Amino acid sequence: MTPMFSHIPADQRPTLEIFVDGQSVRARRGDTVSAALLASGLDVRRDSAVSGVPRLPYCMMGVCFECLVTIDGVGNRQGCLIPVAPGMRVEIQRGKRELGK
Amino acid sequence: MAQVHDVAVVGGGLLGASIAWGLARLGQKVVVLDEGDAVRRASRANFALVWVQGKGAGMPPYANWSVEASRQWPGFAEALEEQTGLDVHYQRPGGFHICLNEDELAARQRVVEGMYAQGAPEGYGLEMTSREDLEKALPEIGPEVVGASYSPHDGHVNSLRTFRALHEGLRAFGADYRPDHMVDAIEPQPGGGFVLHTEQGRVEAAKVVLAAGNGNERLAPHVGLFAPMMPTRGQIIVTERVRPFLHYPLGTLRQTDEGTVMIGDSKEDVLDDGETRVPVSTVMADRARRTFPLLNRLNVVRTWSGIRVMTRDGFPVYDQSASAPGAFVACCHSGVTLASMHALDLARRIRDGGLGGALAPFSARRFADAPETLLNSDAAA
Ligand SMILES: Cc1cc2nc3c(=O)[nH]c(=O)nc-3n(C[C@H](O)[C@H](O)[C@H](O)COP(=O)(O)OP(=O)(O)OC[C@H]3O[C@@H](n4cnc5c(N)ncnc54)[C@H](O)[C@@H]3O)c2cc1C
Ligand code: FES
Repeated sequence: MTPMFSHIPADQRPTLEIFVDGQSVRARRGDTVSAALLASGLDVRRDSAVSGVPRLPYCMMGVCFECLVTIDGVGNRQGCLIPVAPGMRVEIQRGKRELGK
Repeated sequence: MAQVHDVAVVGGGLLGASIAWGLARLGQKVVVLDEGDAVRRASRANFALVWVQGKGAGMPPYANWSVEASRQWPGFAEALEEQTGLDVHYQRPGGFHICLNEDELAARQRVVEGMYAQGAPEGYGLEMTSREDLEKALPEIGPEVVGASYSPHDGHVNSLRTFRALHEGLRAFGADYRPDHMVDAIEPQPGGGFVLHTEQGRVEAAKVVLAAGNGNERLAPHVGLFAPMMPTRGQIIVTERVRPFLHYPLGTLRQTDEGTVMIGDSKEDVLDDGETRVPVSTVMADRARRTFPLLNRLNVVRTWSGIRVMTRDGFPVYDQSASAPGAFVACCHSGVTLASMHALDLARRIRDGGLGGALAPFSARRFADAPETLLNSDAAA
């Protein structure tokens, strides 16, 4: 599948490795988690908390909360506001956040 | 004189809406006179418990009335859903009052014993629960929890949806709901019946029910009634949604049908609900996370405060006027809990023209400074 989003070839920033549901993904330094997910080519849709419908990041600027994701064990974080870091563990949320995550 | 309306209900909060819905369901022609949308109502700020344990300490008939309210809630919720298609999510798994140290536990034990000493209702079922038993029901409790009291009658509901269902139901019954109709004055007519003066002109009705919350205090004397109020403030914290983990409501903590955790419910004397107060929220949040340490990581998405409708002694007032017998007043703190009784029981009594002996203990005659004009329902019936 061709990803809907990809990095522009002229973007020469160094890459780093993050893990999405355990799978290794190359992101570029300075990407937000949401940008890295969208460019990963993986199915990164979460299920919404009440009706369970699929959702992706939307505004990419912190206002719509569509990008909620579990990062390093903490649920409901806004992926569009958080830069990737080497070794970061990202989990796609299925429905509501779990207590303790 | 012939009236267009059988009953004018003053106030469209939970009490007014429940009573009006009950009356309209019995075929009465009802007009509800309410203030505008921007008014702050306890009915939109509450914690949504249908709560029985400890209610009526010091007034046994109120304990009975609360147990009966819980028993009537399933039928009430069903009737609302049948009529409006709205599921108000009433659940009655029983509820716990959590104690975080031995002093609290001893105090709670005294409350439980007190309820039995004053003559608890039939099938009351209130009991203390050990930490071991509590862990089975609430596996996530923290180490500080030492025990709880449990009542099988306790439950909770989606109270905003209940409020909406009542108003949709009112419309479906053909009741006449009029917002922006603040009532300034009420005049009993010599031959019976009432003229109500509102922001937007006069309204006439054969009977009048005052259900104006704390506003009852001002209106009651117009029709020979008495409603001494002493409002308090309450504050609530709401978290983001999480997967269901809490299958019982607690007195100050519950998980809603949609997954948010609500933390309540302070009691303060300050009567400004324009802002929430951080020191108060801090105490509430601290208790919540000592009860369930896992709550620590949750994000808070909202807090709000509201003014409680509170009579001077905290017990409900239901009364009927002696000087103008078609006039009734109803006010109470626990308008969510008692909504079933207001809709199914109180409304029928008002339709029949008298409150009846069962409600006599709720007369405002119990206050030492009650005016002579008060007569209880048993004499009027
Ligand atoms: C923080 C908080 C938590 C609570 N938690 C619970 C709970 O868990 N369980 C429970 O059972 N109860 C709870 N309650 C109590 C419950 O919300 C109230 O008992 C109930 O809402 C009271 O309803 P009401 O219709 O009497 O008052 P209100 O909701 O205040 O409505 C009164 C209505 O009368 C109208 N009015 C006033 N004066 C006039 C006038 N002159 N003319 C026309 N209209 C007028 C107002 O505009 C308003 O619409 C809580 C309350 C608060 C504040
Ligand atoms: S994408 Fe809108 S808040 Fe993150």
